[in-house]
Parts: sequence; structure tokens; C-alpha cells
Amino acid sequence: MSDIMNVNFNSITGEMLKVISDYDPVAGFKGAYNIREDSSCAGRQSSENITISSKTDKPGIDITVKPQTKGETVFIPACVTHTAVDDLVYNDFYIGEGADVVIVAGCGVHNEGEEDARHNGIHRFFLEPNSRVVYKEKHIGTGNGTGLKKIDPVTECFMKENSYLEMDTVQLGGVDKSTRTTSAELGDNAKIVVRERIMTDNAEEAVSKFHVKLNGADSGVDLVSRSVARGNSYQAFYSAVDGNNRCTGHSACDAIIADNGRVDAQPALNAANVDAALIHEAAIGKIAGEQILKLCSLGLTREEAEEKIIEGFLK
Amino acid sequence: MLEIKDLHWSLPDGSSIINGVSFKTRGKLTVITGPNGGGKTTLAKLISGVEQPTSGAILLDGEDITALDITERAKKGVAYAFQQPVRFKGLTVRDLIELASGNSLNTGELCELLGKVGLCAEEYIDREMNTSLSGGEAKRIEIATVLARRAKLSVFDEPEAGIDLWSFSRLVQTFEEIRSKSDGSLVVISHQERILSIADDIIVVADGKIRISGTKDEVLPKLLSGEYTCSCPKRTGDCL
Repeated sequence: MSDIMNVNFNSITGEMLKVISDYDPVAGFKGAYNIREDSSCAGRQSSENITISSKTDKPGIDITVKPQTKGETVFIPACVTHTAVDDLVYNDFYIGEGADVVIVAGCGVHNEGEEDARHNGIHRFFLEPNSRVVYKEKHIGTGNGTGLKKIDPVTECFMKENSYLEMDTVQLGGVDKSTRTTSAELGDNAKIVVRERIMTDNAEEAVSKFHVKLNGADSGVDLVSRSVARGNSYQAFYSAVDGNNRCTGHSACDAIIADNGRVDAQPALNAANVDAALIHEAAIGKIAGEQILKLCSLGLTREEAEEKIIEGFLK
Repeated sequence: MLEIKDLHWSLPDGSSIINGVSFKTRGKLTVITGPNGGGKTTLAKLISGVEQPTSGAILLDGEDITALDITERAKKGVAYAFQQPVRFKGLTVRDLIELASGNSLNTGELCELLGKVGLCAEEYIDREMNTSLSGGEAKRIEIATVLARRAKLSVFDEPEAGIDLWSFSRLVQTFEEIRSKSDGSLVVISHQERILSIADDIIVVADGKIRISGTKDEVLPKLLSGEYTCSCPKRTGDCL
């Protein structure tokens, strides 16, 4: 068991934290954090400007960032470390006016047993005017049990005028089933940028659903999803961008399929204002032959070339 | 030294594209020229291992590399600059050049390499090798990946295509530097007189065959004076 800086978690969590939250076992987390392990709190610390408190009506926490807080990072990783856990948590983020912070989330599910293990995090973001958030989230599944490893994050964003949210989400692999549901409502001049990368292999399934409502004047969304489906895995990408005002919307889905992988992309653009400028791009295909040849001409084997291309694609 | 012996290559439908090409490089810089569609790019692909010959042999410093695939030939010291640069989503200029060199490179080393093709490294090293780069920029980075390999034999397929005059001048200078300072040799496919004029040997390929070859002093005057005309049935005098 680790016991560093008010934290107490098992070695599996310790290993997963290194991957999903760049956790340093020596230095620990700096600033505010809340570590969730198997539906319990394994460590928590607030800072002068960021307060973390337990909800009283349901499992979860409220993270409150004071107005004008600048340059702080809050860590809220969650880990499931054994079979037969169905973890459900509600986390609400209240970002004060003019604040500029980084939130590092991330989830790891480890399953060595026969029953399923699941983490379902329901996150709501309330961004006050002129606030700015960079949100980083990595997901990973580990363990050799026959039970499934599931992660089903739900993210709801409510963004007031001139606020900015950047979401950088990665599914690294090993997650048998995931459904990621993200929605956002944007006020005047609010901007949301989403970068999603998903790798699936074997019989894994990953579904991403986005629904962005551009309600405010000059609001904007830039959504880019890159995915690789190998083995017999399946991925689905559903996005809907509603342009309800003068706004800009861009969504792109790029997917590489290999082996018997399958990808289903269904983008939707809904314009309800003549000044809504909405664009969607989608491309699904195997790795281009000339890309492999180029890297082989540098001395890589075909297999090394494919790995390097995928690594770059998902970087 | 590169030696090609009676090389043949045909399309799946049997059409002959390379028809009995044989030559041996003697100097450090050999330029292959000839009319469009004459088989020059196919010959470059056969040398680099992108394509396998139907018959014939390819020897590098006396070793038969005909049966080796593109990776094995690269490890033997063959480098190839594609005529059309390849784009990658996610891989940066630094990624590609470091893969080519086999080492991590600092900014100064990257700058030196990219400078040889007229690019300023600071502006490019972290850019993705994707469609955000112009054709000329991508082409120059493609050439830089080959320079980074410091290979025994570097094959360039129309390096001048798509790049501006200033970058071209820098590239010619780079070829001259390689010829004078490096141990490696160059095979360059080109139509450019400035590249032909720095060659040790010139080979003219048309209709899948070598039509004329020799030292620069032997061949270039014939090409420039119009003394040599292409023997292709549908072409006359358009070999350059």
C-alpha cells in the first residue's frame, strides 16, 4: 500500500495512476486532488483556490475553482482495481469567472476476475464568463480476467460567454466496452475544442457521442476524433453540431481500420441560423501503402512502419 | 558502386516497362534522364526495392541485392527520395528525420539537414508532415529524410519537381557537397541541365532501354545540341 501525501491506495492503482495521470510516486500530486479507488476516496487535498468536497445526496464530489484562479492543476483520477465493481460517480466542476486551470482526470479499470468491472463517471462543467479550462482524460484497461472492463464517461458542459474548454481525451487500450457521451451548450463567444483518440483491438467496442449546441453569437466548436480499430474491434462515432446562432462548427472523424476492425461514423450538422458556418470531415480507411513504403525505405519493417504510423496518428 | 544487369520489369498485363537495362556507376553522381514515361521512375523503384524486377540483377558494391525487399535494401545502405512526397497525419518533420537518421537529433542538427534543402528548421521541425505543408515544402522534407540517412547509395527521383529556384540552387549545392565530401554515391533522375552539368555520368533512358550513356562530357553536349534525338516512335527530340 502507498501512503504518500495523504493518499492510501493499492499498488494496482499506483501503476494505473502513472499512466492515466502522469503520477509521480515520489513527488505525488501537487495542488488539489481527489483519488477515487473502487468507489471510495483514496486521497484528497484542496488548495487555497480549489476546493473539493463530497456530495451529500449521491456519490461524487464538487470541485469549486475560485474566480481568477490562474495556473493551477487539479487531479481527479478514478481507478477500479478488481472484478465485480460497478462504480458510479457524479463530479461537478464549478469554474469561477476569469479562472484558467487544468483538470487531469483519467480512469483505469483492472480486472482479473470473471465478473465485469466498470467505472461510470458523470461529469458536469459549469464555466463562468471568461473562464478557461484544459481537461485531460486518459482511459486504460488492464488485467487478464474474463470479466469485461468497462468505462462509460458522461460529460456535460455549460459554458457562459467568452469561456473556453479544451478536452483532450485518450483511450489507450484494454477497455472492452466504452460509451463516451459528451454534450455542451455554449453562450456568446464561448469555444470548445475536443481532441479524442481511441485505440481498440481484439473484440473491444467503443462508442463516442457528441452533441454540441452553439447557442451564443460567435460561439464555436472544433471537434477532432482520431481512431484506430484493429482485430475484431468496433467503433462508432456520432456527432451532432447545432448552429443556433452566428457561429462556427468543425468536426472531423479520421479512422484507420486494420484486420477485421469496423468503424461507423455518423456526423450530423444542424443549422438553424443563416450565419452558422458548419463543416464536417470524415475519412475511414486502411493505412496507405505509400506510407508503409516510405517508412520501410528508412529501414523499418512493415510491422514497425504500421506501429509508427498508428502511434503518430494517435499522438 | 551500383551495378544493374539486364534488368526487366513488366506490368501484370505483360507490357514491358524496363527492357534489358544494364549499367555500372563509376563516379559519385550518376544522372538518369530521358522522356516522360520512358521508365526512369520505375528504374528508381527497382533499385530501391519499392518494386521487384521481373528478371535481371542489382548489385551494390558487388553484393547481389535483387532479392532483398525495401527494408533490407535500406539496411544495406540504399536510400530513396520519392518523386511524390508521402504525407502522414500525426508524424512530424522531426519524427521522420529522426527515423531516417536512426538517432535523436537536436535542433542544430535538424537545422543543418533542413538547411541543405532551403528550409529553416525552427519553423518546421514540429509541424506535421500532412497536407498543411505545400507541395514544395513536403518535397524538400522528403529529400531531407534521404540526406539524413547518409546512405551508401541515395536515389532521388526528380528532386527538382515542385521546388522553387532558390531551394533548387541550394539542393544542387548539396549534391555537389555530397559528391565531394561524402563516401556515398548518388543516382539522380532529372531533366534539369544544372543537375546534368554536375554529373559524373549521364544515362538516357527511353522506352524502357538505355539509349545513350557515358561521361557528362560525352553525353551532355549531344543532348544540348540536339544531336541525340529520342528514338521512340511517337517522339523526336523531346528527351529533355
